[in-house]
Amino acid sequence: MSAIQRYLAPTTLEEALDALRESEATILAGGTDVMPQSQAGRLRLQPTLLNIRRIDELGGIALDGASIRIGALATISELLESELINERLPILAEAADHFASPQIRNAGTVGGNVCNASPAGDTLVPLIVLNAEVELASKRDGKVERRRMPLESFFAGPGRTHRAADELLTAIYVPAPAEGFVAHFAKFGTRPALDISAVSVGIGGVWRNGTFKNARVAFGAVAPTPVRGRATEGVLEGSALDAAAIGMAAAAARDEVRPISDVRASAWYRKEMIHSLTKKVLTNVADA
Amino acid sequence: MSLTREIAFTLNGSLRNVTVPVTMTALAMLRDVLRLTGTKYGCGEGECGACTIIVDGRSVNACLMFAVDCDGRTVTTIEGVAADEASEPLRQAMVDNGAVQCGFCTPGMVMQSTWLLEQNPHASRDEIKRGLEGNLCRCTGYKKLIDAVAAVSGTNQ
Ligand SMILES: Cc1cc2nc3c(=O)[nH]c(=O)nc-3n(C[C@H](O)[C@H](O)[C@H](O)COP(=O)(O)OP(=O)(O)OC[C@H]3O[C@@H](n4cnc5c(N)ncnc54)[C@H](O)[C@@H]3O)c2cc1C
Ligand code: FES
Ligand code: FES
Repeated sequence: MSAIQRYLAPTTLEEALDALRESEATILAGGTDVMPQSQAGRLRLQPTLLNIRRIDELGGIALDGASIRIGALATISELLESELINERLPILAEAADHFASPQIRNAGTVGGNVCNASPAGDTLVPLIVLNAEVELASKRDGKVERRRMPLESFFAGPGRTHRAADELLTAIYVPAPAEGFVAHFAKFGTRPALDISAVSVGIGGVWRNGTFKNARVAFGAVAPTPVRGRATEGVLEGSALDAAAIGMAAAAARDEVRPISDVRASAWYRKEMIHSLTKKVLTNVADA
Repeated sequence: MSLTREIAFTLNGSLRNVTVPVTMTALAMLRDVLRLTGTKYGCGEGECGACTIIVDGRSVNACLMFAVDCDGRTVTTIEGVAADEASEPLRQAMVDNGAVQCGFCTPGMVMQSTWLLEQNPHASRDEIKRGLEGNLCRCTGYKKLIDAVAAVSGTNQ
């Protein structure tokens, strides 16, 4: 099945980055994607299997200046349990709550969800709404270098990102939301648990004095990567979120997405679900 | 030849050393190498929960975990729970409520319920349903399973 030549489980970031620099490696975090994908032959394991789970600095969820830092190894359960996430970024807890099953939430990491780059990855849509950035580290010329980029531009296609082969995703940074910011997420699958989203919608913005501003909209599973809904954002900007405005935004959302038909749903059905989920999410936002 | 690795971890309270191929699942290690066959193989894809074990205090699917990742950790399987006095009330409630039909899902259900009750000793019926959403029972005895866990958590809602 594979020609693995070495297995490494380093405890420091530098050791992991050295390994990435020296050889072609498969990075292993919770394994909930790597294991089934490699067993089914959809993922070819590289000569080095690099288990990053023992690197403490990749974990944790904490305030970091004006941002909230979510370590790559933070699990989906930790998102759900974190007071900081529930208070400051509840849209992430909302997405974590209907993610797979308790067992998978206990093992699966946020970094793994992001790097797996599924258009249906459930943390991606909320992270785009929250204007999150990914931090990538590498070791070049003998020293550790870090760069950041907007999570929204990190995805190159299904299962593909702009991470270089010698880079490791170390953390996700979310700017602390402005006063009055409200955001919600909803996904639709055929059953409530253990289902990959057929479509998902996340919407956020500053909702104050009856006006919605700085609208950010993102959709999952309607394109090769999660996408921003810029037309819908345009309709929402400055709106009063009354029934008419919500109806207009939902129609704009249906019109701007270009989903495909696959085993989970037809393109037509996906567009209709985007319409009704957008309505539902906006109703939740307006109720805040 | 596949690459192997020696690991050491605490299994049901005792330290174990074992050599495993690096691509092996924790489930295959438990069943085929250590001969602990209480943990079941249902789907091998994280969908059914029959392989549920507890690692460092968290329930996980053994079929999605690399065996080498058990190194240095604390693992509890159904054999460990079966030998633990503290789990007697749950076992008795499973019997009293007729929660076992063919029994194939039972070890995974007991493991997940054990974890759920540890997290939330007074779980409501809704919380029990959510907690067991990653465990399938092909005999579809869900109501009795929920009744059994509810009897232990003492909920009547
Ligand atoms: C039955 C089942 C149900 C599922 N349901 C859902 C669901 O509802 N929603 C959802 O979004 N996902 C779901 N998933 C997918 C999966 O559980 C998630 O994507 C999870 O977050 C992956 O995290 P992990 O730590 O297990 O990743 P891994 O499997 O360890 O890694 C995933 C990928 O990311 C890479 N990687 C991991 N960490 C890093 C890093 N720090 N830097 C660079 N690369 C890295 C790996 O090389 C691999 O390519 C499901 C999976 C299963 C098996
Ligand atoms: S065998 Fe692991 S979840 Fe089914
Ligand atoms: S009792 Fe038969 S699968 Fe649950």
